[in-house]
Amino acid sequence: MAVTNPRVKVPETAKKGDIIQIKTLIFHDMETGIRKDKKTGKLIPRMIINKFVCSFNGKEVFSANMHRAIAANPYFAFHARVRESGTFDFTWTDDKGETVKASRKIAVT
Amino acid sequence: MTENTNKSALLGRRDVLRAAAAGALAIAGSSLFSRHVLATPETAARTLSKLTGGGTAQEGKVFLKLPEIADNGNTVPITISIDSPMTEADYVKAVHVVAEGNPRPDVVTFNLSPSVGKAVISTRMRLRETQNVVVAAVMSDGSVYFTKKMVKVTIGGCGV
Repeated sequence: MAVTNPRVKVPETAKKGDIIQIKTLIFHDMETGIRKDKKTGKLIPRMIINKFVCSFNGKEVFSANMHRAIAANPYFAFHARVRESGTFDFTWTDDKGETVKASRKIAVT
Repeated sequence: MTENTNKSALLGRRDVLRAAAAGALAIAGSSLFSRHVLATPETAARTLSKLTGGGTAQEGKVFLKLPEIADNGNTVPITISIDSPMTEADYVKAVHVVAEGNPRPDVVTFNLSPSVGKAVISTRMRLRETQNVVVAAVMSDGSVYFTKKMVKVTIGGCGV
């Protein structure tokens, strides 16, 4: 996947039961598949990230099924309630099935 | 100062041109050049009812923060908040975003779990033209709530 490192923002610490905000951004053209190549006049095939999953300690918390109308460089901001220390895992999957992963640890007191 | 006045005069002329073009399009749209490639409120409603499982949806509980006028249809920020306690017993299961005037009405579906804690989500989407954005939330008990908001798009998201 022609993407760079995703950017993920998760607080490093939180209190038990807190609701934290998570922000993610990944760099991707999100080719819609209905745009034409100006030189050849042919349609440029669709190439987007179609799935984003966020899980905490192995359990899915939030996910998104994306279609072509999601803007380039998909950005999500959402929340999570944390009850224990652990790791947030983030996975982006594109139309070719290739994935990009990121993870962040959080210490909960 | 003079420069500013000139600029606004120029914009005024452009607006006139734009209005003329829009008028021409409207006439064209009513005859041969129907917008068959674009979704309509009906196809959007069909998509939504398929996504939400065909149940009847009630208006409310879903709140949208969307620009009234989006200068750039390629990246329109949207923040969705849903009135839900987000507990194991009562939470938002899924959120569907549908655009009534895009070639394909479905934009994104979010799947939530009770550990989300607060049903507030932000993202960015593409909008082809001025249109309604409809957001429906499926609750854990199966009930469906929705809301819609009109967004004026100045420059359409190219090729959406």
